[in-house]
Amino acid sequence: MNEDPQPVAVWAALRARPLRFPLTGWVPRCWAHLLGGVLLGPPLLAVLAVLLVAGVGLSVVGIGLPLLLALALAGIPVATVQRWRLRLVEPVPVPDPHRRLPGAGRRARIRTRLRERATWRELAHAGLASTVLAAASLGCTALLLLSGAFLLSPLVVWALAPESVMLLPGHAVSGPAAALPFSAAGLAGLLLCAYAGALLTGVEVALARFLLGPREDDLGRQVLELTRSRARLADAFEAERRRIERDLHDGAQQQLVALSMTLGLAEYELRGRAAQTAEATSRADQATEPASPDDRAAELVARARGEARQALEQLRSLVRGIHPQVLTDHGLAAAVAEVALHHPIPVATDVELPERLPAPVETTAYFTVTEALTNAAKHSGATAITVHGRVVGGRLVVQVTDDGRGGADPAAGAGLAGLADRVALLRGRLMVTSPKGGPTTLRLEVPCSGS
Amino acid sequence: MLRVVIAEDAVLLRAGLVELLGLGGHQVTAAVGDAEALVAAVDADRPDIVVTDVRMPPDHTDEGLRAALALRERHPGLPVLVLSQYVATPYATRLLAAAGAQPAGLGYLLKDRVGDVADFLDALRRVVAGETVIDPDVVRVLLRSQSADRPLARLTPREREVLALMAEGLNNQAVAGRLSITEASVVKHCGNIFMKLDLDPTEGNRRVLAVLAHLRGE
Repeated sequence: MNEDPQPVAVWAALRARPLRFPLTGWVPRCWAHLLGGVLLGPPLLAVLAVLLVAGVGLSVVGIGLPLLLALALAGIPVATVQRWRLRLVEPVPVPDPHRRLPGAGRRARIRTRLRERATWRELAHAGLASTVLAAASLGCTALLLLSGAFLLSPLVVWALAPESVMLLPGHAVSGPAAALPFSAAGLAGLLLCAYAGALLTGVEVALARFLLGPREDDLGRQVLELTRSRARLADAFEAERRRIERDLHDGAQQQLVALSMTLGLAEYELRGRAAQTAEATSRADQATEPASPDDRAAELVARARGEARQALEQLRSLVRGIHPQVLTDHGLAAAVAEVALHHPIPVATDVELPERLPAPVETTAYFTVTEALTNAAKHSGATAITVHGRVVGGRLVVQVTDDGRGGADPAAGAGLAGLADRVALLRGRLMVTSPKGGPTTLRLEVPCSGS
Repeated sequence: MLRVVIAEDAVLLRAGLVELLGLGGHQVTAAVGDAEALVAAVDADRPDIVVTDVRMPPDHTDEGLRAALALRERHPGLPVLVLSQYVATPYATRLLAAAGAQPAGLGYLLKDRVGDVADFLDALRRVVAGETVIDPDVVRVLLRSQSADRPLARLTPREREVLALMAEGLNNQAVAGRLSITEASVVKHCGNIFMKLDLDPTEGNRRVLAVLAHLRGE
């Protein structure tokens, strides 16, 4: 599977100098490690067994579920201890596979942990550590103690003389010299323990890396989730933009249209009256008055109407920058035509799309075009711009070309950088070519699938 | 005096339109807020003209336009003036395309125009008289969005101006007035336009429609 290619340090040391290995510092460290396993095993087994049995047994009355939950999560603290314990025999630490959850509530924390595969791998490791590994360590430790006792048997015999010592049941050892074969056997046992301990420790390290460390697919999932959350964030922004646009459209925009209409009515009335008055006065005394009060008022109202229209126009251009209604209703071609209409430089649009594209694609393409048009107006000195859009092989290709002086720096525009991010999110590409002397071409390619 | 049915979902605008038409000396027989009520009102009142918003409940997309087209089917020749918040040439071209054999008496204006009360009332009268009135901004977009290989590219800028004003429904005299040129030169420009676009030079409203038909790409 995703076995770590990293070598196990203790095995490496063993392989490097197999004969001198028993004399190195590795041996006592391995033994200490195994002894730790022996001490950890039985209490761990007891706790796991109690949680399992009590949990299953009490699940009918409901108390069992929290116990089973505790069992499921039990591997996590144990794994922390195991990773710490391994540092005695392995210089490269095993990293914590869990996601950081700062600020998350206890419920969310538990839910996330239960969904992580690492949690279950750690539980499996705890199960192995409390049984197989503990038993193996116990065997090794027992052999170690016995070998130690045998090795020291001549000393014991000598110290306890004239009392007789039975190293094997029923066979009294007569003197220190007679105990020497036992001593030799003990030495052999210690050697065996040194190698066996190293092998066993190495197995534990490898197993811990396999079960307690992070895996590729965990990371892959995290990256995927990050991408998804980024997309969700972008979608949320998009929804918010649409909401603002709707509010502006239904609220302020309608009010301004109504205001300009009312002012138009007032102007119409005043002009009508002024015309009547003028007629009346001209018939009455043939004198030509410079301007009646109604006339002046009509002019003021006309000015007010002009101002209301400007306000409306500003509001519209604001809305176009947020999320234009025409884009939602009619799609990219119509929206681009609408922007082109209000652009200071003549824009020829040639956008023909077979059908409506997914909303994120449309929005991204729309804002790319508006950004390109804005940049062209600001920096290029262009006199004509063309916008060309087609769907080619399942990809939307939009190209904005101006006849300006070129030399645009793609990195300079913050707007363009933001757009490149959006485009990347859709697995698209954004390219700007702008040689000195022009022309500047911005090319956008986005898959039409929209994800 | 014209009998008018209004469909507009924004209450303020609806009230404003009613007042405006009243001032213009017209009678508003019904002012409704959605497409369904519009159809019912037209069936009941048989108005001289329908003024409708494009966007209306429930979906706020093109209910008004669809209702207008349906009404034109049911009452051939019924004058319809469509109001839109934004240019949206697809609406305009759909309106004109659907008009087809019954082209007379159609209008497509931006809501901003309503503030020019005199112009708006004039547009209303012209639509009832069977003319076609398209918002200048819409015409501008239609003219601009033509790609270079179309016959329109052969026109001079002045001829384009004349064509745009014709598309708004102005007659030769009015075009001459707007551009401050003589009527004779307008006639000359028209001749050139029809020649360059391979169109039959016919009179009045039909030529406007021919131009618009051409604009939306034959």
